[in-house]
Amino acid sequence: MKKEILVMKDIVKVYHMGDEEQQILKHINFNVWENEFVSILGPSGSGKSTMMNIIGCLDVQTSGDYLLSGQNVSELNEVELARIRNKEIGFVFQQFQLLPRLSALENVELPLIYSKVPPRKRKEMAENILEKVGLKDKMKHYPNQLSGGQQQRVAIGRAIVTQPTILLADEPTGALDQKTGHQVMDLFKDLHKEGRTIIMITHDEEIAKNAQRIVRLLDGNLSEEVKTDV
Amino acid sequence: MFRESIIMSWKNIIHNKMRSFLTILGIVIGVAAIIALITIVQGVIDNVDEQFDKLGANTLIIQASGTPLKSGLNDYDIEALKNIEGITGIGPNVSLNMDIWYNGVIYENINIQGRNDIYFNKFADRIRSGRGINVLDVENKNNVCVISSDFEQKLFPGENGVNKTISIGGIEYVIVGVLGNDDNVVSVTTMMSADDEDIMIPYKNLMNISGMKNIVSLELYTREDANKEIVTQTVKTVLNAAFNYKDDSYILIEMDSLLDVMKTTQQMMKGMLVGIASISLVVGGIGIMNMMLVSVTERTTEIGLRKALGAQPRSIQLQFMIEAIFLSVLGGFVGIVIGGLISYIASNAIGIKLALEPSAVLLGFGFSAAVGIIFGSAPARKASKLNPIDALRSV
Repeated sequence: MKKEILVMKDIVKVYHMGDEEQQILKHINFNVWENEFVSILGPSGSGKSTMMNIIGCLDVQTSGDYLLSGQNVSELNEVELARIRNKEIGFVFQQFQLLPRLSALENVELPLIYSKVPPRKRKEMAENILEKVGLKDKMKHYPNQLSGGQQQRVAIGRAIVTQPTILLADEPTGALDQKTGHQVMDLFKDLHKEGRTIIMITHDEEIAKNAQRIVRLLDGNLSEEVKTDV
Repeated sequence: MFRESIIMSWKNIIHNKMRSFLTILGIVIGVAAIIALITIVQGVIDNVDEQFDKLGANTLIIQASGTPLKSGLNDYDIEALKNIEGITGIGPNVSLNMDIWYNGVIYENINIQGRNDIYFNKFADRIRSGRGINVLDVENKNNVCVISSDFEQKLFPGENGVNKTISIGGIEYVIVGVLGNDDNVVSVTTMMSADDEDIMIPYKNLMNISGMKNIVSLELYTREDANKEIVTQTVKTVLNAAFNYKDDSYILIEMDSLLDVMKTTQQMMKGMLVGIASISLVVGGIGIMNMMLVSVTERTTEIGLRKALGAQPRSIQLQFMIEAIFLSVLGGFVGIVIGGLISYIASNAIGIKLALEPSAVLLGFGFSAAVGIIFGSAPARKASKLNPIDALRSV
C-alpha cells in the first residue's frame, strides 16, 4: 500500500481583480501517492500556475484543505512555509531560474545554504548531484556558458539536491528544443524510477504523456484522469 | 549563510562596478572629509598646544600694579611667593626703553627687559649661541646681556654678536648670548605686553637703572604635579596681604586655565567641522538607499527564486542588509585611505605633525557602517516582504 503524500480536498482559490471576484480553482480534489509521476495538463488560463503555486506552498488556497506529508499547509506561518519549500518541494521552472553570477555548483548548493548544511558537506552533495545529471565536467561553468538543456539539468540538480518529497516541474521543456526536451524528460523518468515523486505541469499533451497519470485542468476544474502506459 | 551573503554582495558589487563606485562616492567623500578634517585640525591644535605648553603651562602671571601707596611687589612679598608650596621659581619681568650705543651709532628707544636665571633655565632652548643670564649675573649685577638675533643682525650684520660690548644707557654691557630666531617661541608675558624683546639684562641691573624698588610684572612657575587650585589660592592670599586687600591691586592670570579654555574651544571647533562633514555622509546614505531599492527591483526574480528554494524572509533581509553595509563600509575604507592621504599631504604642506588618530579611523568606519544599517534597512525589508509568486511571475 503506497503512502498518500499529497492530499487536496475541495480546494478553492479566489482572486480579486478590483471589484471582480474570479474563481481560479473550483473545488479541486487531487491526491498524489508516493513515487508517482503525474502530469497536470491544461491550456493557459486554466489555473495551472495557481495549482502549482499552491502545491509548491508559494500561495495559500482560499478554502479547502491541503495536506503535504500529513501537514496542513494552511495552518503554517511564513517561516514554516519557507522550511517546507526547502525540505519538501524541489522546483523546476520553465526558464531554469539559475542565478547568473553563481557557477553551476554554487547554484545547486543554494537550497542547501537555506537548510544550513555545512559548506564542505554542501559542496560534496552538489558535486554528486551534478555528476548524476551528467554535468561533472561543467561544475565551474556559469549559466551563460551552458546550453539550455545543460542549464535545465543544473536546475533539476538544484531541485533534487535536498532530497525533497515532491519534484515540482513547471513546463520543464518549454524553453528547450525537441531533442533536449526529450533528454530532460528521460532524466525525469530516471529520477522517477529511482523512487521520486514528480508532479509536472504542462500544456503539451505529448510531454504530459511521459507521466504515469495525467489529470486535466480546464477553467479551474480538475476533470478526467488518464492512465498512461508508462 | 553570513559568508555566502558576503560573497554574493561582493559579486554584485563587482558586476556593477561603475554603479557601485558612484554609489559609494558619497560615503567616500564624507569619510575622507571627516578623517582629513579631524587629522589636520588636530595637527594644528597639537602644534599650537605644544607651543603654549612650552611657554605657558605651569605658569601663573602676576601684574601687580598695586596701590597708590605701594606699587608692585617688594623683596618681602617676592620671598613669600617663592616659599609657597608648589612654586618652583619666580621670573620677574622688568621692562624699560633706553638708547643703545655701538660703534658710534645710537639706537634709540630700544626695549630692554630685566630677567633672572630662573627664566633662562626654563627657556634654555631659546639661546641660539652663547649662554643665558645665570644666578651669579643676577646676584652680582654683572653687566651682561642677551640680545635677539634680529638685533644682532642690526648691530653686527653677518657677524656673531657674542662677546661684543655695547653701551646701554651709558654703561658697557658684554653680550653673552643670542636668542634663536624662532617666530613661534614668544614669551607669554612679552606676547601680552606686545613689546619686542630686543635685549635682556639681569633684572636687578634694570631696576637700579630705572630706580624702581618693586616688581610689577612677574611669572610664577609651578611644579607639574602641584595642586593648581591650592597654589593659586595661596598666591592670592599672599598678594591680598601685600596690598591690604585693596580691590584691583593686581591681576592674576592662570595660564593653565587659559589653556583649558583654549582647548575646549578647539574641541568645539573640531566637533563642528566633523558635524558639517557628516552631512555628506547622510547624502551618501541616501545614495546607497537609492541603489539598494533599484537592486531589489532588479532582482525581484532572484528574490522569488530564493524564497521558492526555502529562503526565510530573515535570510533575504540579511543578504540585502549585508550588501548595503558592505557598500558603505567599502566606501568608508576608501574614504579613510583618501582622507589619510589628504591629511598626510596637507600636514607636510603646512608643516605640522601628522596626527592621524585611531579614534578618527574608528569614527569613519563606525559612521559608514551606521549609514549602511540605517539606509539599507528599508530596502532590505522591502525585499524580504516580496511575495514569491509575484516575484517569480515577473520573468
